[in-house]
Amino acid sequence: MSDTLRPTDSQSPQPGQPLLARIKRRSFFMYAGATAGATALVLAGCSKDTSTPSSATGNVSFGTGDASVLNYAYALEQLEAAFYAKVAALTVSPLLAAEVPYFAKVATHEAIHRDFLRTAINRDFGGTIIPDLTPKFDSIDFTKRVKAPADTKLGILDAAKAFEDLGVAAYNGAAKLLKSPVYLGIAGQIVSVEARHAAYVRDLILPGSFATNEAGDVLGFDRQLAPAAVLTIAQNYVEQTLNGSTIGQ
Amino acid sequence: MNFFNIIDLLAEADPDVLDRFSSRRAVFNSLGTVAQRTALATSPLFLGALFQKAYAGTASLPTDILNYALTLELLEADFYRQFLAAGQIPAGADFNAITVIKNHEDVHVAYLRTAIIAAGGTPVSGTATTGIRFNPSLLPATYADQLKYAQVLEDTGVRAYKGRAAELIGTDLLTPVLQIHSIEARHAAHIRTMRGQQPWVSLGDDLATDARFQAAYTSGVASSTKTAIALGGTTYGIPAYNPAQPSPAESNQQQGAAGTKLAVLITTGIGSTTYLADDAAAAFDEPLQAAEVLDSSRAGGLLA
Repeated sequence: MSDTLRPTDSQSPQPGQPLLARIKRRSFFMYAGATAGATALVLAGCSKDTSTPSSATGNVSFGTGDASVLNYAYALEQLEAAFYAKVAALTVSPLLAAEVPYFAKVATHEAIHRDFLRTAINRDFGGTIIPDLTPKFDSIDFTKRVKAPADTKLGILDAAKAFEDLGVAAYNGAAKLLKSPVYLGIAGQIVSVEARHAAYVRDLILPGSFATNEAGDVLGFDRQLAPAAVLTIAQNYVEQTLNGSTIGQ
Repeated sequence: MNFFNIIDLLAEADPDVLDRFSSRRAVFNSLGTVAQRTALATSPLFLGALFQKAYAGTASLPTDILNYALTLELLEADFYRQFLAAGQIPAGADFNAITVIKNHEDVHVAYLRTAIIAAGGTPVSGTATTGIRFNPSLLPATYADQLKYAQVLEDTGVRAYKGRAAELIGTDLLTPVLQIHSIEARHAAHIRTMRGQQPWVSLGDDLATDARFQAAYTSGVASSTKTAIALGGTTYGIPAYNPAQPSPAESNQQQGAAGTKLAVLITTGIGSTTYLADDAAAAFDEPLQAAEVLDSSRAGGLLA
């Protein structure tokens, strides 16, 4: 499937434009009155696009096609799961007593996302799975609930917020790279749970900040980020070098 | 023009196409005599009609999908308008949170209206007294009960956007619609927290066993299903409800069905770790079809 069929990047929603950029290949189906049919076509037309990603030591490539987008999600879920697992394993936690069971729940949700994606990738795209990532959390101070202004390291809540907001933006930004409605559906089922996590953690840091804007945000719209921007941030928390240049191609 | 060549080409692209036509022999035999077949099969009109029939019920224009979303956003916005006007919300954090959410819903309404008009469609409309609005007679007297409606509207909104995102694959609408979708999930999480519930859908949710609200967490339809929705000054289409395939309920614990591949059981089927049913259900939100959302048991029953 050629790149020209893909919508262009737009950081902010632009109400005047979206519907005008129709896609030629779909037009046949639009006349036949079939959105689902067109979706299936795109899926079928692209299902052979996947290639095996490299997994050379120290370097992680994500491959191409829907498998690459799933592997990208799998990488992020690995990171989140590892972070919350470390929080859950603390013998002395700086979290408030009421927060501990909630963090345990979130840790389980992320572990489920990780294990589910691994299962789905191995089932549907055998041989393409990325290796286990080695997390690097030296920029997080697990003895602090939140960082003090003078601290250089993130506290647990700061890091949790960063991971959750990043995860939401990543799923929102990568959805358009997926060809298959099945995987888009799964991504949608996961991203709203990540958004629930994000809202919960934000409220712990600053009550009422569950969906408030930060720099660059558009009122009423959650963030969306392309894989390159997400992986630049995620790279800070992974030992291996992440190469996402072919994600969605 | 060779009819079978067209079907075969289409089958390469859409593996389900022959199912849609039941079988090519059956379709062809239904056409009448050889002479009639030859004449018909070379007619573009015939092909158009055939595809229209084969794909009936799967079609929605982007403006239809946006009008469906606008219907729900108008319902939410008007609910919050009434919620704020009722004067029961405690000043401070609670009032501020509801105001933040109301402002977001207003932004969503404005965005969807603009997008529909830009696409040449007619947006559905609603005011405090006409068109699409929350049925004022349903607004409870107490703050605690008012918040229950807020939770149900937000959780339903999340399910509704999820249910139609796939129809926007390949359009520039997909990303902004998903950006709205996850904001609605943040709203839902906050309102759940305000209510002392878990921020995510849980098997232990109080409203999941409340007769007035539990339909938001199940699936299926109670009333007759329509494919043309006449609301708020216009009419838009929604996909036909498929009674053989209701959406999963929020309590669903298996995911990932793809074509002939079966869903995997999250509790025991995704590796060596065994997960609890509650966590398996909470880790994934579930979609709803448009007909289910607009059913009288859910958002459809909240319209004035």
